[in-house]
Amino acid sequence: MNKVSIEVKNLKKFYNNSQAVKNINFKINKGSIVGLLGPNGCGKTTTIGMMLGLIKPTSGSVFINGQDIDSEKNRTNLLEKMNFISPYVELPKRLTVEENLKVYGRMYGVNNLGEKINDLMEKLNLIEFKKRKTGELSSGQKNRASLAKALINDPEILLLDEPTASLDPDVGDYIRGYIENFASKKGTTIMLASHNMNEVERLCDEVMMMKNGIIIDKGTSKDLISKHGRKNLEETFLKIVRG
Amino acid sequence: MKLHRIYALSLRHLYLIKGSFPRILDLIYWPTIQIILWGFISQFFTMYSDYYNNTIGVILSCAILYDFLFRSSISFNMLFLEEIWSRNFVNLFVAPLKINEVITALTSTALIRTLIGIIPAIILMSPLFGVSLLKMGPPLFLLFLSLYLFGTTLGLLVTSGLLRYGPAFENTAWSSLFLLAPLGCVYYPLSILPEWLQILAKGLPLVYIFEEARSILVNNVVNYNSIMTALTLNLFYFISAIIIFYLSFYGARKKGTLINMGE
Repeated sequence: MNKVSIEVKNLKKFYNNSQAVKNINFKINKGSIVGLLGPNGCGKTTTIGMMLGLIKPTSGSVFINGQDIDSEKNRTNLLEKMNFISPYVELPKRLTVEENLKVYGRMYGVNNLGEKINDLMEKLNLIEFKKRKTGELSSGQKNRASLAKALINDPEILLLDEPTASLDPDVGDYIRGYIENFASKKGTTIMLASHNMNEVERLCDEVMMMKNGIIIDKGTSKDLISKHGRKNLEETFLKIVRG
Repeated sequence: MKLHRIYALSLRHLYLIKGSFPRILDLIYWPTIQIILWGFISQFFTMYSDYYNNTIGVILSCAILYDFLFRSSISFNMLFLEEIWSRNFVNLFVAPLKINEVITALTSTALIRTLIGIIPAIILMSPLFGVSLLKMGPPLFLLFLSLYLFGTTLGLLVTSGLLRYGPAFENTAWSSLFLLAPLGCVYYPLSILPEWLQILAKGLPLVYIFEEARSILVNNVVNYNSIMTALTLNLFYFISAIIIFYLSFYGARKKGTLINMGE
């Protein structure tokens, strides 16, 4: 059985004359959680976009379960097993939480959808907001609704772009706990892009540091901290980024 | 192509319509206003124009046919813009949707949206102005089909622009149909246009549709050749628009606009 879930090979992306991603390579094993850290504009979003097949690489490839996601033939099949959450992407505001989950559940071809929706709503404390329009929810509740959408298809691969950005510490902690629990139960492969170093330290088996379109360092949080002689991941991040 | 995915995307928009009475009202409001306005204008022309003498329904019927075309096109654009405005665009394109499923879902939902607006207006025509579109008989269905195809074609072209150039292309969504209206000969015969414009107009299916509608209403003559010409031209434009939509999608992937849409 193939242990590698995501393989990125010689990936490059040019926008006009500027190079957003410069020949990056990495592999993520099935069931592991990998953090992607880097300052704004370092190429994280472009990398995630290419991993989702939303952006066409200038050269290089992204293999999901051994299949190139850039191929139109593979893309739809692979996306059935993936999902994505980002604070910059929202669910339609005028639809209720339940309606949104019904739409996305059908889109992903989820069996026993009603049961699945109830289960997710219960676990994410959304039951009382079931009939509430998504636009009327607080940011924490919206975030949980988006997470429910991202988990509706029990994804094998989950790409999380700042999943707890702008949440209060309590809700943020709840979301982190839920993701941690979900991943360990389902064996989900997760790539997490975040600016929250505690989050990355808590959740990720491995961390990749990105700067100016290049992965400049990678390893476990512990290894990176000791390698750079810092007290925690935040200081390590600052040293790498400013160095 | 998977039916459940097409249904899901349609459902997203049907929920939106179902959940908002003002939205339904808005869909019905404009076609109804159009009918009332053109109803009175056509009454005036009937009284003072030789061409339209005793043919009260001609202008009104053409107005409703044009409004059907306008609504088809705008509905298609609106469904697409709705995803950009609600910042849901990326969610859709990271879902396992194929482009042909997106096109099918938007095309069928746009029809439902258009019919919600246009049916009450058609029903109102009879008690208000004594005009019934149904008098045109079976060819009416073919004319509607042609208009719907052309409306969807324009919708596909505008959304291709939105995909490729982002929300900045939004204004074109609103103005696209006004650009073609003068060439469509909606309210006047083709012969009114200068000769060089006639050549351009003949390249559009609209001329054949509206000339035919007038021919049926004024002379009671159905010319299936015109109807077939319109349908053939429509099919050509429709297939071309689908190809352009695909090319725009690939262009957007290259340019990276899909992930930033709406920002």
